[in-house]
Amino acid sequence: MDIIWNSLRELITPTTAAYALAAIGLNVHFGFTGLLNFGQAGFVAIGAYGFAISVMTFGFSTPLAIAVTLVLAAGYALLLGVPTLRLRADYLAIVTIAAAEIIRFALNSSAFAKWTGGANGLYNEYSGWLKGSNPYPSGVVTVGPWTFGSNDLWIATVDWLVVLLTAGAIYLLVRSPWGRVLKGIREDEHAMLSLGKNVNLYKLQALVIGGVIGAAAGILYVQPTSVQPFDFATRMTFNMYTMLILGGAATVFGPILGSMIFWVVMRFTDELVNLGVDGGLFDNVTQGSQLRFVLVGVALVLLVVFRPQGILGNRTELSFDAK
Amino acid sequence: MPSKRDPILVADRVHRHFAGVTAVDVDHVEMPRGKITALIGPNGAGKTTFFNLLTGFDKPQTGAWSFEGKPIAGLAPWQVARRGMVRTFQLTKVLGRLTVLENMLLGSKNQRGERLLPFFWRKQERSDSARALEILERFKLGAKAHDYAASLSGGQRKLLEMARAIMNEPSLVMLDEPMAGVNPALTQSLLHHIKDLKNQGMTVLFVEHDMHMVRYVADWVIVMAEGRIIAEGVPGEVLSSTAVVDAYLGAHHDTDLRELVREMEA
Amino acid sequence: MTPSKAIRWLLAVLALACVLALPSPAAAAPADEWGFRGLLRDGEKQPVSGAAVQVKDGDTVVGSDTTDDKGRWEIIPVPGPGTYTLTIDTTAASGHFAGDEYEVDKELVESPTTLPVLNVVVSTTESSQQVASFTDRLAQRAVSGFNLGLLIAIAAIGLSLVFGTSRFTNFAHGESVTFGGLTGFVLAHVLGLPLLLAAAVATVLGGFFGYAQDVAFWRPLRRRGVSLITLMIASIGISMAIRSLMQFSFGSASRGMTEESWGTVTLGPVVMPATSYAGMGISIVVLAGVGLWLKHGRIGKATRAIAGNTALAATSGVAVDKITRIVWVLAGALAALSGVLLGVFNQVSFDMGFNLLLLMFAGVILGGLGTSFGTLAGSIVVGLCTEILVLWIPADMKYVGGLAVLVIVLLVRPQGIFGRRERIG
Repeated sequence: MDIIWNSLRELITPTTAAYALAAIGLNVHFGFTGLLNFGQAGFVAIGAYGFAISVMTFGFSTPLAIAVTLVLAAGYALLLGVPTLRLRADYLAIVTIAAAEIIRFALNSSAFAKWTGGANGLYNEYSGWLKGSNPYPSGVVTVGPWTFGSNDLWIATVDWLVVLLTAGAIYLLVRSPWGRVLKGIREDEHAMLSLGKNVNLYKLQALVIGGVIGAAAGILYVQPTSVQPFDFATRMTFNMYTMLILGGAATVFGPILGSMIFWVVMRFTDELVNLGVDGGLFDNVTQGSQLRFVLVGVALVLLVVFRPQGILGNRTELSFDAK
Repeated sequence: MPSKRDPILVADRVHRHFAGVTAVDVDHVEMPRGKITALIGPNGAGKTTFFNLLTGFDKPQTGAWSFEGKPIAGLAPWQVARRGMVRTFQLTKVLGRLTVLENMLLGSKNQRGERLLPFFWRKQERSDSARALEILERFKLGAKAHDYAASLSGGQRKLLEMARAIMNEPSLVMLDEPMAGVNPALTQSLLHHIKDLKNQGMTVLFVEHDMHMVRYVADWVIVMAEGRIIAEGVPGEVLSSTAVVDAYLGAHHDTDLRELVREMEA
Repeated sequence: MTPSKAIRWLLAVLALACVLALPSPAAAAPADEWGFRGLLRDGEKQPVSGAAVQVKDGDTVVGSDTTDDKGRWEIIPVPGPGTYTLTIDTTAASGHFAGDEYEVDKELVESPTTLPVLNVVVSTTESSQQVASFTDRLAQRAVSGFNLGLLIAIAAIGLSLVFGTSRFTNFAHGESVTFGGLTGFVLAHVLGLPLLLAAAVATVLGGFFGYAQDVAFWRPLRRRGVSLITLMIASIGISMAIRSLMQFSFGSASRGMTEESWGTVTLGPVVMPATSYAGMGISIVVLAGVGLWLKHGRIGKATRAIAGNTALAATSGVAVDKITRIVWVLAGALAALSGVLLGVFNQVSFDMGFNLLLLMFAGVILGGLGTSFGTLAGSIVVGLCTEILVLWIPADMKYVGGLAVLVIVLLVRPQGIFGRRERIG
């Protein structure tokens, strides 16, 4: 039973919230506009490092650090989007994945270690603002069957608040005529051009909005922990695709549901791997956990082929093969 | 060739070649305002390429053209559309995973809510919806307004595309093979709709293969072959001119000649 | 699902994984053997990871390893006591001493008070550094870059053939390269086959791997008529699954492809292992062969016809399905060959192919999508940039050079060097 409860705890952890937020951003790209961004991890990394470095190296106040980070992410989106959005879908995919890897290599490099900490990453000396405003009693807090550290629970509360507010804003946006234009572009760019819509401008707007949400997720992601360059590998992006398609792309709550299910299942299989290590099935936990990512990959293939609408989506609207 | 009075569209020296093969080589052409003009010619004559060039979907090697007296060569397709020149496609481009009504609303011009930070658009949305439903009724698509466009038949998609173009309130409607793949039962109603566009004050340019339709609906006919304009005039004269018949026979040498001649004379 | 049922399910997956997986690499040397184990640090006592450590007896390479993220390398066994030379190549290492090579002599003494395995702590500042002039280093880098460019080209031609016939960008193509590298490692290192034989067998197995991918995934998906976007996302999922499976069976370390040494060749200032020149020779022959086949061979011409216009090719009597299958086999074989050669040139690791994939994209786009000569030229430019830029940028940002080329090309000339504008719209 412990395994089940430990797994279900993932429903509300800060990591689940941060991934849900980044997946909401990816949904603006992929689900609503049809942009194939294969480098959402790059936006998340910009968020995490931009915030941490703004606070730790430049000594910015928290609101200024957040603002600088989000502006940086918007600039990065423009840099990638302006040359590639007029080209075929593959080009954006290739450029976003390449740019995300450039960012990761650069952050991991010893060349900028003075600011980034190189391969060691950055210790958490940037979330004092959040911990300072913690209204929960210090020590361990019990929520239902789970116990949380006071700070962790406060971070989770703030994270989920951000997720819900963003989801609300996305709900309003995609129901507006603006959101309708995005969906129209997803369906057929030429038709939208023939109706007088400046398709590239809309695509750029979508890329910036989704990217900025991804960077905001990066800020949330590193609040409870330190900043580790390895976290922002391509695997992060494709975990998000799995969540998004699992929950239902082009739905407002799909990314959130997807992130919750993803992390509960990951935690559950993690517990199974631990049992496997105890039982001598695997040499160590790291080795066993590789198998879980085999499953994630297989799940992604099966989902996109057999249930592209995910759990919340509508089959007619979301079968990608309608074209 | 004498200038027509008050042409809505004038094009000069439009040349487009792909990898050395000339697709379009139009010296001079004018579209009469307020009329229905048919652009005809055998397969591969460059009709659709010419369409793509005029609407900005393709770029020519050389050429200049103006719409409503203003040069529009080199503009992006969406800019051309905003000037009032709206086209449809040979292979229909309905937005399958949006509803029929949403397709129509996307045709609407100047919806404030289409800007980023969309506020205060609901009033306009209501009047647009009312207008869209009215047009859909005329096109016998009213009952389908809330279905996904992907569920429509081929002929209904053609109708929806035309209705969506009208929603944009263009001054020139360009229809690329509006009859292709349409169930014969729907042909009459489509013809009626095209005539109706003229009655509402729009200029119509359409590409067509079906000579019955051209004869029935067009006021003016332009004939293309091998990228050039070889004849133009009123349908009765043009369709019986030897140059036109030659162009068709030249290109259709393996089709049944008698059938073609019967078609021309019908 | 009850835990016991889940475990059984997991066991079933594990069994499947074992069928697909490679045998685990040889275990570490027993403790009573002679050897060197050590730690590599820079002048500020920070660990240096990713450096290639070789132990030489005179000119003969006895063994090699790569330092991990803590700067450590595992036991490199040697036959017995004596004086050995440790060379440390930091070409692929982290740190700001890009591409430098160090040599240090160490003696193993038979003594009752010391262990037979010598723990060595090497600092990159105190060892005797081989100082080369800038032009010498440039020459060395240029040859390496040309070599890397050829390897990128071999793999990238498979990628662009698949793109031409199957119409989508296959993000799992890198795993076919890794498959070649790991298979080569198992054959050459674990089973001790001669390097050339191992390379040939790995290439043939790579062809089967390509065929298996087509049969298992792509043909069924083509039959279902799924969209381009679905195919690309599915290829990402497949890439992730195969890569994790390889990491599961091979581990996260980088390893040398073989203990076999052909010695080094010195041409002016350029010192390269003879295997690298052999690799370049094989690459050039294979690239020329594929080029001629595409231009003059019957199936090669059909492949080009499909890439030009699938529907037209099909109506002109080209067996599209059969050609597509042949292309997948060829792409798998070329990728595997590239993987073996890359493993000899650098190191073997579970993500070698994925890293190469991004350079392949750079090469293909630089050359202009869909032109074979362009792919070759683009790949060589990317290879040269990747290696030569290391003279100025840190070695742990090595790939950034190649990827930056990609981004710059898309900014300036998205159709590539040889591409035509119409292809990219």
